[in-house]
Amino acid sequence: MKQMVKMEVHDLNLWYGSFHALKDINMKVYKHKVTAFIGPSGCGKSTLIRCLNRMNDLIGNVHVEGRVLLDDKNIYDKDVDVVNLRKRVGMVFQKPNPFPMSIHDNITYGPKLHGKKRGLDELVEEKLKDAALWSEVKDILGQNAMDLSGGQQQRLCIARCLAVEPDVILFDEPCSALDPISTGKIEDLINELKRHYTIVIVTHNMQQAARISDYTGYFYLGELKEFNKTKKIFTNPDNPETERYITGKFG
Amino acid sequence: MARRLSEDMVKGILGICAIFSIIIIFLIIIFLFREGLEAFSYTNVIDFVFGREWNPSKETFGAAAFIVSSLLVTVGAIVIAVPIGLLTAIFLAELSPQRVREIVKPAIELLAGIPSVIFGLFGLIVIVKYIRITLDQPTGESILAGSIILAIMILPTIISISEDSLRQVPRAYKEGSLALGATHWESIARIIVPSASSGIMASIILGVGRAIGETMAVVLVVGNVEKLPTSFFDSGEPLTSTILLEMGEAAVGSPHYYSIFALGILLFLIVMVLNIVSNVWLGRGLKRG
Ligand SMILES: Nc1ncnc2c1ncn2[C@@H]1O[C@H](COP(=O)(O)OP(=O)(O)O)[C@@H](O)[C@H]1O
Ligand SMILES: [Mg+2]
Repeated sequence: MKQMVKMEVHDLNLWYGSFHALKDINMKVYKHKVTAFIGPSGCGKSTLIRCLNRMNDLIGNVHVEGRVLLDDKNIYDKDVDVVNLRKRVGMVFQKPNPFPMSIHDNITYGPKLHGKKRGLDELVEEKLKDAALWSEVKDILGQNAMDLSGGQQQRLCIARCLAVEPDVILFDEPCSALDPISTGKIEDLINELKRHYTIVIVTHNMQQAARISDYTGYFYLGELKEFNKTKKIFTNPDNPETERYITGKFG
Repeated sequence: MARRLSEDMVKGILGICAIFSIIIIFLIIIFLFREGLEAFSYTNVIDFVFGREWNPSKETFGAAAFIVSSLLVTVGAIVIAVPIGLLTAIFLAELSPQRVREIVKPAIELLAGIPSVIFGLFGLIVIVKYIRITLDQPTGESILAGSIILAIMILPTIISISEDSLRQVPRAYKEGSLALGATHWESIARIIVPSASSGIMASIILGVGRAIGETMAVVLVVGNVEKLPTSFFDSGEPLTSTILLEMGEAAVGSPHYYSIFALGILLFLIVMVLNIVSNVWLGRGLKRG
């Protein structure tokens, strides 16, 4: 069953300066599954997900130890091309962050960087369809993306991410700035996307994790308290701390 | 009760000060136009703007040479200052360590506070000599010397405002770009700079306004020859220099006197339009950001 593992985290520790933010994390991300990170805010979910495409490199004063494997290759090795890594491991952020340019140009931004010159219009259509946004924007592709609603912006960001054809997509609380209807659309979308992509999602909404994920990790103060199948976590967790968090008897 | 009263008094005093300064500005403008428009009863506007000969003793007043000198000096300054200024701003906003930025930025802004005549002296001693000797020109006092001095003088404006607007670009744009596999430089060139473009444009236009209006630094280095310059190595005489050099000798109420004011009107209009354009650009950026 080895080939089913897409990413693997081994003894990962991370410090912001002297603050120990991630402690001995070990877990697997399974191929074509949705893996959710839950836990109270400040427990290190974003920090860990940002380790998976090395976005933490951007912050000065961060120190990482341990290994993160993508298809059995450590992405923290010296010879790894971070630009290429981020192409393979895409990211959708908490607050929708389309670029201040047209909808069309938002989608083609990544592919153009990576040298694609032809078939861009077809690509835009395909990716917007994949992100369930096409029908809403097909007549306004030239309009500035900043004029879209928050939910549409977030789906545009998903389409933009799909356009560079990653293997893995990381979602950091993609719905926390959205209304329930938009949230439902994104959840349906993630369900669709897992057929072709491997997905990791951070959420502080436990019902959301239960609805859409196959595996769940529960974090507390920088530690991964439990990592299990979502069903197991929500019905019969191994760790009593997880149970207390899930049932809301926490703190 | 007493507090109410003093509150009202403060408001009143501030209001009077504000009104006073507005009135002064309007008086200056009215005065400039009253004196300057008189010139057009001697020379029609077309001849004044396009005429090549400026000869007060013959009462011929064609300002083309001054206008062209002003434009050339300014264009030269922009061509030199914009690339250097923009790259410096990018360096400070995106590439330099925090500590370097904290030292360099105030130092550059300090440049803006140096009296312009000192720039002029520097230009006369260093740049003019360099052009004459090293570049082997008949005279170093040239449009080019003026452009270089002005470029140095407007760099702080361009760097400071561009750097501010680059830093105002939301971090999320940059992260979004990097997360798509863009390099840092690609993100700067394709996302950050375009997003800051309105602020950058505003800084350039402000720089142009400053360059066109600058007097003391330029008059010392451009040679002041009342001839239409045809190259950057020619001497020239910008509008500001003419006003400065000839105002003393013109008899009050003479055609010469009024024509000098008309030059002032030209200068005023150019700078005014540039300032308005620059404000519009800045406002646009704010609305979108
Ligand atoms: N750039 C940073 N510098 C210093 N500390 C940080 C930084 N980012 C996050 N932290 C700290 O690391 C911990 C985990 O943060 P984060 O991963 O954002 O938590 P979560 O996403 O679970 O809410 C928090 O205590 C937070 O204050
Ligand atoms: Mg977070």
